[in-house]
Amino acid sequence: MPIILDKVSHIYGEDTAMAVKALDKISLVIPDGQFIGLIGHTGSGKSTLVQHLNGLMRATSGNIYFNGQDIDDSDFDKKMLRSKVGLVFQYPEHQLFETDVFSDVCFGPKNLGLSKKEIELRAYEALKLVGLEDEYFYQSPFDLSGGQKRRVAIAGVLAMKPEVLILDEPTAGLDPKGRDEILDQILKLKVETGITVLLVSHSMDDVAKYVDRIIVMSRGSILYDDIPKEVFKHYQELETIGLAAPQVTYIMKELRDHGYNVSDAITTIEEAKREIKDYFTKLAVMQRER
Amino acid sequence: MLRDITLGQYYQADSVIHRLDPRVKLGTTILFIISLFIFHGVWGYFVAALFLALVIKLSKVPFKFMVKGMKSIIFLLSITILFNLFLTPGDPLVQIWKFRITKEGVRLALLLAIRLAFLIIGSSVMTLTTTPNQLTDGLEKMLKPLNRIKVPVHEIAMMMSIALRFIPILMEETDKIMKAQLARCADFESGNLIKKAKSLVPLLVPLFISAFRRANDLAMAMEARCYRGGEHRTKMKPLHYHKRDYIAYAIVACYLVVGVAAGRLIPALLSHIAF
Repeated sequence: MPIILDKVSHIYGEDTAMAVKALDKISLVIPDGQFIGLIGHTGSGKSTLVQHLNGLMRATSGNIYFNGQDIDDSDFDKKMLRSKVGLVFQYPEHQLFETDVFSDVCFGPKNLGLSKKEIELRAYEALKLVGLEDEYFYQSPFDLSGGQKRRVAIAGVLAMKPEVLILDEPTAGLDPKGRDEILDQILKLKVETGITVLLVSHSMDDVAKYVDRIIVMSRGSILYDDIPKEVFKHYQELETIGLAAPQVTYIMKELRDHGYNVSDAITTIEEAKREIKDYFTKLAVMQRER
Repeated sequence: MLRDITLGQYYQADSVIHRLDPRVKLGTTILFIISLFIFHGVWGYFVAALFLALVIKLSKVPFKFMVKGMKSIIFLLSITILFNLFLTPGDPLVQIWKFRITKEGVRLALLLAIRLAFLIIGSSVMTLTTTPNQLTDGLEKMLKPLNRIKVPVHEIAMMMSIALRFIPILMEETDKIMKAQLARCADFESGNLIKKAKSLVPLLVPLFISAFRRANDLAMAMEARCYRGGEHRTKMKPLHYHKRDYIAYAIVACYLVVGVAAGRLIPALLSHIAF
């Protein structure tokens, strides 16, 4: 179900001397089934924005529509919204509280008032979706490793069967291996279930490989909203707001500057590999012809 | 949600009062409170009001912040006023059914109301112009003599400042965990008392764990920096009395003398002139 934002603004501490404009007239459409990367420097308003999407924060002005209904309407079911728009916070492992992994994942569906059978089925499915092995199901969540805890926490949101999954910096504080595992798992999940995924991050390398659309935020407004290739063309502007294109894009630019005629609109290592291979094949063909 | 609650109510400004040594402010506040109880009559309170007005003016803190502190005692204040108004025996002024308002009652109620209001505003001035850390620093130095009788003053002060430092952090943490559980459709509001208490478990368990984790990290970090507590420890910003602090003490002394004198002499003088 699509989410539409119409000129949404949020001001922290309105009417005080310390008022801060965190969101400035954001208009946005999040259609079904997209994999979106939301990127911005610390304090650009991305966390504030995502908390509006499931009604945890109220817009100071502007409207948010979920499936055509204004979420600020008094008769709007916020609980339903939160189950449909699952939000995984930064360091979600800090929200775990139950004595074992399985009951913790049950917390979300239990709050939806489902039957015991349904709750357990959903918890099981969710834990399988994040790729946690059965042997951990009845252990204390506090005995797991950082990456495992995070999966459990993500499963806790997935168990509510959201149609939109928002992940706020899901890779913060993980090592490269843990990071890749989580991101691959999310991609797999996206492909298997077809849900909409919104990935919040400040790392271009993280998102470039996975998403079909990138939204760049800066100082509470949207700077770019396009497919990755187009967004990364603005790498110089991105640098001025404290972001960068993926490292591989820089390598390709460097190669180009040194006289190798390769494309610099490259965002992933796979693409770069293909491009360089093609280039040398072409070169070899040309030399042979000569 | 919880973001609006701030501890201490420090108001950032650059004023003489802000720059005063915290010990002066602590001492003055205590003296001011005592003065409210030893001053007599209208004139004594007139002097107290003048003094308070002067300090507020100097502190550059908007008056509405002082009044904010009053909100918390409005209940206590109204009870005090009502009880004194109706239950003080003496000359009846008005009589409504069984309730009688006496002259003495009005006087006493007014007096107590003024006393309480001044007390709260007076201590608000201190907390508004002094950061919690400065306060604990001041306390530590003031209580230092107690070290002789084996009171661990430094440790107590340290614990106080750490506790104060952690309150905003834990507030933020609570806010975050609360939101995370709300995102999992947790319900903190509906249901009866037992259900409500139960619904706090998903909030409190992670909060305690995080508090312990933070405490552990902090202890480790202090240990790594060879923290050893009170003895021979120097301070980055040691407290020293400046000229302005001595002047402040002098002004307070004057205030006390004038206040006591005004309370006793002016009525005497007035009656002298009248007769």
